[in-house]
Amino acid sequence: MHDIYSQQKQNRRITVALMVCFFILLGTLGYAIDAYSFGTFELTGVPVATLVALSIAGINSLVSYFYGSSIVLKSLHAQPIVFENPSHKQLYNVVSEMCIASGIPKPKIYVISDPAPNAFATGRNPENASIGVTQGLLDTMNREELQAVVAHEMGHIKNYDILTMTVVTVLVGTIVLLSDWATRSWRYGGIRTKRDSKSKGMHPVILILIILLILIAPILSRIIAMSVSRQREYQADTSSAEFTRNPTALASALEKIAQSTSPVKTAHKATAHLFISDPLHRKLDDKEGMFADIFSTHPPIQKRIERLKRMAYGYTTARG
Amino acid sequence: MAGLIILVALAVLVLWVILIYNALVTLRNQVENGWRQIDIQLKRRHDLIPNLVNTVKGAMEFERETLEKVVEARAKAVGAANIQEKGAAENMLTQALGRLFALVENYPTLKSNENILQLQEELTSTENRIGFARQFYNDLVAQFNIKQDVFPSNIIASVFSFEKTDYFQAEEAAREVPRVDLSIKK
Repeated sequence: MHDIYSQQKQNRRITVALMVCFFILLGTLGYAIDAYSFGTFELTGVPVATLVALSIAGINSLVSYFYGSSIVLKSLHAQPIVFENPSHKQLYNVVSEMCIASGIPKPKIYVISDPAPNAFATGRNPENASIGVTQGLLDTMNREELQAVVAHEMGHIKNYDILTMTVVTVLVGTIVLLSDWATRSWRYGGIRTKRDSKSKGMHPVILILIILLILIAPILSRIIAMSVSRQREYQADTSSAEFTRNPTALASALEKIAQSTSPVKTAHKATAHLFISDPLHRKLDDKEGMFADIFSTHPPIQKRIERLKRMAYGYTTARG
Repeated sequence: MAGLIILVALAVLVLWVILIYNALVTLRNQVENGWRQIDIQLKRRHDLIPNLVNTVKGAMEFERETLEKVVEARAKAVGAANIQEKGAAENMLTQALGRLFALVENYPTLKSNENILQLQEELTSTENRIGFARQFYNDLVAQFNIKQDVFPSNIIASVFSFEKTDYFQAEEAAREVPRVDLSIKK
């Protein structure tokens, strides 16, 4: 059995670290703006921008923890399942089965009406988790494959991957928004402050700092989002095999997912890492190497399939 | 000084015993809980069967024997007392149900009947739930029993007279070595 408790601990640590980084990043940004408006690094007045930035960081961290899953579900247009629909009822049954196999409470179940087969999980802990699949997944998978995909998502829930991934989604989303805003106000004549008239041109160091933050923040946040998610996909694949004892089913499910080339329409860059397979079908995910390792959200699907097939082989030989 | 060292050593020893004892108790509770999970799913299956039999009865006049076997197996399973008896009775029920569904395939009207399809899905799910509950339970039993075997927790286990628990056997696995831990080696 792989050590689920150390993974849970690691995920909680990473989440806290991410929030701290977020505070530092926004704090520095606010301070830079203050310094710019004061014309010096010494605080000669009330550092309004710093305070605003820090409260934004605080509110955002809280929101990402408590409402992250609602935000994710809303942005993906996920709808709760309807029991009268036989395929939804089957999904409900499969999720219940996997709850028994994994020993976690039943998550809320959602469906996205999109023909591209894919699935995701979100939430802050197993007690407050949601699992979502596309209608395309329900239509293309047989029962065993659906079970394997659901088990993969249950793995993410049990490992607390969902916490890290959901917090990342909201925090990265915020940084991207802020940096967009900063870039725009930069373009339209600089960040205007009341003290503009007093400051005698800006300190070059401050200028560089702001530019760096605007440029680096989005890249940095993407790297974080990517690197935390790649490893996890392999781990969740392992969990799926552990719960279903049927790695072959997940392998064939991934094969079917790989065959589909249409993207999930409601997914975008900030939520892509939540899915079992890259919903945007970016080329980078099929590549290996350091660059791909850093920037792509998912490991190459062929590599995952091979790994699962090796597991299946291990099973049959172990059973003798 | 020597007294202090002995005192510390004693404290460590007591703490160590408490830790192992608590681990054993936790496992025992988890095993009991795992068994309850199996029981819930078995009941669920027992409750579904009368419904199923009623639905197919009219159309399957000629398969009276198969239907009777299902009903009989269910009655036995409901009445089973201990884990071993239960395991055997439930396996019989699984087989009887399997035969029934194989026969349903011969009746086109039944096969496309929405009620039957729904019942079939519910029963498939229940079979799976029983299977997974058993898997979860047996994994816990394995952990619990191994803990009572290995040094040093075996000492604590025998002092506090912990007892090993039976596995809940699957049909094909009945004659095999108990499934100990099939999880993936890293």
